[in-house]
Parts: sequence; C-alpha cells; structure tokens
Amino acid sequence: MSDSTILSRLQFAFTLSFHYLFPALTMGLALLILILKTLYLLRKDEFYNTSAHFWARIFAVTFIIGVVTGVPLEFEFGTNWSRFSAAAGEIIAQTLAMEGAFAFFIESAFLGIFLFGERTFGQRMHWFSAFMVWLGTWASGGFIIASNAWMQHPVGYTMTPGGRLHLSNYWAVLLNPWIVPQFLHTISGSVITASFFMAGLGAYYLLARQHVEYGRLFITLGVIVGLIASIIQIYPSGDAEGLQVAKYQPIKLAAMEGLFHTEQGAGIVIIGQPDPATGTIDNAIIIPNVLSFLTYHRWSAGVKGLDAFPPSQWPDNIVLLYFSYHIMVGLGTFFIAIMALSLLLLWRRRLFQMRWMLWILLIAAPFPFIANIAGWYTTELGRQPWIVYGLLPTAQGSSANVSAGNVQFTLIGFAGVYLLLGLLYVVLVVFEATRGPKPAVEEHPPEAAQGISQEAS
Amino acid sequence: MQTLWFILVALMLTTYILLDGFDLGAGVIHLFAARNDQERRTILRAIGPVWDGNEVWLIAAGGTLFFTFPILYASSFSGFYLPLIIVLWLLMVRGVAVELRSRVQNPVWASFWDGMFFLGSALLAIFFGAALGNVIRGVPLDSSGTFFQALWTDFNPYSANPGILDWYTILIGLLALTALTAHGANYIAVKTLNAVNARARRISRLAWLATIVLAIPATIVTFSVQPLVSASFFSRPWGVIFPLIALGGLIGMGYFNFRQRDMPAFLSSGAFILGLLTSSAFSLYPDVLPAVKPANSLTIYNASASQYAQTVGLVWWLIGIVLASIYFIITYRLFRGKIRPADTEEGY
Repeated sequence: MSDSTILSRLQFAFTLSFHYLFPALTMGLALLILILKTLYLLRKDEFYNTSAHFWARIFAVTFIIGVVTGVPLEFEFGTNWSRFSAAAGEIIAQTLAMEGAFAFFIESAFLGIFLFGERTFGQRMHWFSAFMVWLGTWASGGFIIASNAWMQHPVGYTMTPGGRLHLSNYWAVLLNPWIVPQFLHTISGSVITASFFMAGLGAYYLLARQHVEYGRLFITLGVIVGLIASIIQIYPSGDAEGLQVAKYQPIKLAAMEGLFHTEQGAGIVIIGQPDPATGTIDNAIIIPNVLSFLTYHRWSAGVKGLDAFPPSQWPDNIVLLYFSYHIMVGLGTFFIAIMALSLLLLWRRRLFQMRWMLWILLIAAPFPFIANIAGWYTTELGRQPWIVYGLLPTAQGSSANVSAGNVQFTLIGFAGVYLLLGLLYVVLVVFEATRGPKPAVEEHPPEAAQGISQEAS
Repeated sequence: MQTLWFILVALMLTTYILLDGFDLGAGVIHLFAARNDQERRTILRAIGPVWDGNEVWLIAAGGTLFFTFPILYASSFSGFYLPLIIVLWLLMVRGVAVELRSRVQNPVWASFWDGMFFLGSALLAIFFGAALGNVIRGVPLDSSGTFFQALWTDFNPYSANPGILDWYTILIGLLALTALTAHGANYIAVKTLNAVNARARRISRLAWLATIVLAIPATIVTFSVQPLVSASFFSRPWGVIFPLIALGGLIGMGYFNFRQRDMPAFLSSGAFILGLLTSSAFSLYPDVLPAVKPANSLTIYNASASQYAQTVGLVWWLIGIVLASIYFIITYRLFRGKIRPADTEEGY
C-alpha cells in the first residue's frame, strides 16, 4: 500500500471520526427534543418548552459543527478515493445524493423554522418543525448506512472486465439486507449518546444544586430513553449485526473476536491482548462456548478462526480491530447496567438523593461517544483489505494522481482546523451548560414579545 | 439521457451559486454595510434561516454529479485536490462564524468572527470563480483521464501545464467576487431598512461598476483561451440567448439600483449570474472537462454512468427536487419581508 493511500486512509478515518461525534449526539438529541416539545403541547407546562429551548441551543451548535465537518466527507470520495469513485460512483453515490435530496433539504429548511420561527409561526408549526428535523436527521443516517452497507455487502451490481461496477438493480441496493440491523444499531447508539449526555448534565445540575427542577427532568428522560436504547443496542440490533457478520464476513468476525484458530464450541475473549505473530491472546480471560452460542445460537457450533483464511485476506490491523470491538461491547454492557440501576433507583424515588449514582451518571456521559467511534472502527477496519468487500481492494481505490506530500499537507490542515473546532465546541457547550435553561420571560421582556406577535398577525 | 443530466447538474450548480452567492455576498459586504453590533445582527438574521439550506445545494449537486458522471467526479475532484480542500476549510470557517458570532456577548469575540465571515466569504467567491475559469480554460488531462494541478505554475493560461491560478482564472475569480458582492448587496438591500439599506445600495452600485470593468476583458479573453466557446456559438447560434440574459441582468442591475428598486435589482443580479453560468455550460457542451490536449477531454459520453443508473436516478431525483423546492418556497415565504430590530432577538 503506497504512502499516499495510507495517508488518505488516515485522513478519511480522522475526518470521519471527528465528524461522527456530532451526528452521534444530534440524531439522538433530535428525538429527545421532540419528546420535550410533545410533553409541552400535551401538558401545557412552560417548563417543558424551556427545556426544549435549552437543548435546541446545544443541538444547534452541535448540528452546525456536524454540517461543516460532514461536507468534506462527500468531497473526499472524489479527492482521495478517485479510483473507487470512478469504479463504483454510479451505485454508491445514488444513496449519497438521495441523502442530499431527501434528508439535508428537510433538515436545513425546518431547522431554520425551528430555531428562528417559534413566536412568528406558532406552537403547532414549531412542533412540526421539530418533528421534521428529527425525521431529517434519521433519514440522513439511513442513507449513509445504505451507502456503507453496500461497501460492506455489495448487491445489485454487474462488473465490467475493466473493473467498473455498474448498477443493475436499484431496489436491491436500497433494500440491501445489511441496512436494517446496521441502521438500528447506529441509531440506538446515537440515542444512547444523547440520553447519557442529557442525564449526565442533569446529574451535574443536581450535584451543583443549580437548575434542580430541570436536572430532575433531564435525568428522568435520559434514563428512561437511555435504558430502552441500551437494550435495543444489544438485542435485537447488535445480535442481528453479529449474525450478519458471521454469515457474510467470517474473517472480520474471527479478527474482532481474536479467534486465531478454528474451534468447535469456541469461547469468547473478555479481556486480553492479541498477538497476531504467534496467534495467541496474552493475559486472556475466556468464557468457553459463548462465541459459538452468540454466533450460531448453538453451544458447540464450530466457528472459523483466522487460520481458516489466507493471511492476504486478513484485515491489516487485527489488533486495533480487536480492541475497538472489545471497547464497544464492554462499554455497551456498562451502559445497560448504569441505566438499569438508575431506573430502579428512580422508580424507588431514591435516585435524586444518591450522590454517588449522580456522579456515575455525570462521569459516564462522554463514554457513549467512545463506544460509537469504536463501533465504526470495528466495522471499517474489519472491512479491510477491501474498500468494496470482496470486489475492490482499498489499495486500488485511492487517487493515484495525488501525491503523499499533498495528502500530508491537507491531513495536517484538517488536524489544525478540527482541533480549533473541537475546542470551540467544548467552550460553547460549557458556556450553555453553565448558563442553564432559562424561561423565555427572563430573556425577552413581555412587551417586546407582545409587539412581535402583533406585527406577525 | 446524458444531455439531460448535463443540463440538470449545470442547473443545480447554478442554483447553488445563485442562492449561496447572495449569502457569500452578504459576508463580503457586512463589514462595510453594517457599522455596529445591531446592524451586523440584522445582516446575519437576514441570511440566518436560509444559508445552511443554500449550501445544501452544493452537497446535492455534488452527489448528483457523483452518480451521474462518476468519471468526471473522480477525475476533477482528485485533480483539483488542493483548491477543493481549501474550499472545504473556508466553508467551515465561514459556517462556524455565522452560527457562533452572536452566542457569546463579547465585542472581541464578535469582531473576530465578523472578520472570519468576511474573509471566508470573499475567498470562497474568488475560488468559485477561479474554479469556473479552470473548467473553461481546460486542464492538463492525460490519456487515462486524470490530472493533478498545482495551485500555480507560470500564471499563463496558454501554458501546456497551467496551474489553478493564472491571470485568466484570477480575472474570473475577481469577476465572481464583484458579481456576488453586488448580488449579496442587493439581497441585503431587499431585507433591510434605513442606514443598512442605503449602504447596501451604494455598495451594489460600486460592485456593479467593477463587474462591468471586469466582464469586458473576461469575455474577450474567454473566446481566446477556449476555442470551443466560439465554435459552440457558431454551430448553435440559438445559444446566444444565454449571454443575452447575462447582458440584460447587467443592465437591470444598474437601472434598478438607480431607481432604488431593490427586488428587481436582486433579480437582475441573479439573471446576470444565471446568464454567465449557463453561457459557460452551453459553450463547453458536450465537454464536461476540456483538456489542454482536446483528445483527452472528458465529455458527457466518456464520463457518464450507465444508462440504467442515470434512468433510475432521474425518477427519485425528480421527486426529491420537487420536495426540496416546496421546502424552499415555504422557508422563503415564511421569512419574507424586511428584518426589524426585534427580529434579531429571536433564534438561538
């Protein structure tokens, strides 16, 4: 693999990882804001509307960083992966362009109305715009998953002798069986992220004894939605993804589990450091037979290890793949435990007084971001050495005409710009969180609000 | 089918420049048209609800180009590697500046982002113009259909190995800057009252004069740099309609500015940009990316996707574009009218 290709992989991985931190929050947050807005309309209590406004402010700043860091990704297909784009563009870009046409236009139009138009256009329009923003963000996720699903599990194509991939069946691409489990898994991951974020900030407010009423609402909503999403994350979505990988990408399965040798009744590695050179796991803790059960739902089923496949077909970074997968699964397990315990305490009406549990909720808030990124590393590193699984090797997908020096230049530039964006984001979220939710009357004197509604009518 | 997609993609890119063009122009003029925080907020409020949607046209046009002409997408994006990535950085700086400026009540913070908003907007306008200049002039494609252009080489548009920037593409870049400045000033004039409105009109007039000064040499040189241009107008004389639209727009810009009618002036600057871009597309057709050696040019035939991909794409694209147009009409209708001081209070 040439230097230019490796640098392009680094650049894509870096820009994508950084970008995904933001939609991971906004997709889930859009749902939670919609719930708050719905509660307001049902209960007619300004408290819920103020909460929705507060989260809309955080949503807006997260969304904008997500947008500006998302645009480069579509461009990078062409700039850094031009041979892949030329070979597969007419398939992969159908779903990418559909994202623009069916999701981005909805999001941008209704986010404008949601953020700027509440007083002018009234509550029903405002609720509807929140609904459309939620729909748009989830649809956007769906189209991206459809594109990624095709790279993981290409369908509906024909290949010319020259290596170009032509679309032969549009509906096969759109109804790729890979999409549903991966979409569900990604979305529930995002809802977990937003729920932990909301509950974590709520816990902070209770610990700091500020905005206590809001803190209780944020914890309650975060914990209820978070537990549901954490469970969906493991079953059915995680389970279905696992079965799919076992069926179509057995090499990825073996590498991510650290299974070097084919076994009947394979055990699952909980912890340990893999050594691909010797094919062993150091300091391993292994539970016997569990991998066979999880993969085939039979305790003694045979699971193929890496030794069943030629090394040229192995992912090129087995160790990172293994750790990414184990970090994701490990964190996912903690998430269920934290949320289940919190909900139990909430139900017993003891959560808000238990400061140690509030501390756990606060400290847990950043971890779903790590789990989301680790999950993407699992699926993407496990796809290697292919850019389109089984059809086009990654080394033959990069731009042959772009030299390593130029990619290094832009990679460094991205690193600098994103460092600043990241700092800026943290500063702004801390600023908003410190300011806290404020009822509208404090910000706008009633006379001013009166004047506007008269002008509008 | 390839011709249809050529027209549709060209129209999507034109729509992008028409829409994002006015908010880029607003960024260029806001330092001069708005003197205090309240006035700056007024300008930001004028584009706040719409600029993000305008930018979506770039993403949508990019995606559509990608699946309809994948060879062109791959070749041009990798060949224009450096300027494209720089455009991405500028889009980021500018987007962040618009959204974050008013979040912290601090004059230094606001001034910093005002500066970034100006710089990002002005440089983007110049880069977009230079990009158009490159496509018209032609790029050093080899026989495999790829190329890589340095940011600059010898600044000579007639060179066998031209850079992104030469005196012709810089000229087109400056023309884009003045045209989009006028377009943005006209939009701000439509959306504002009193002092800001008056200053926007004055800037629009100056930008209009500068546009005329630049458009005359740019037009003459274009015929000399790219022989396809005159060939196209001779073989298909009806295409003269496109430059006439541009000319009409240019006249209208000055006339309506003089008569102080902001909306017709804004539509005129739109017509001018529309005319320029459609003239360019018309004169290159059926090439999509002319090469310095004409035999290596990418055309709608050798750069396109399969017939099937283009046909199924058309079905969902039509549905998508109708929906998008409906959202746009709703948004622009909802936010129509002048920005009043109280409006700048709303929004998060």
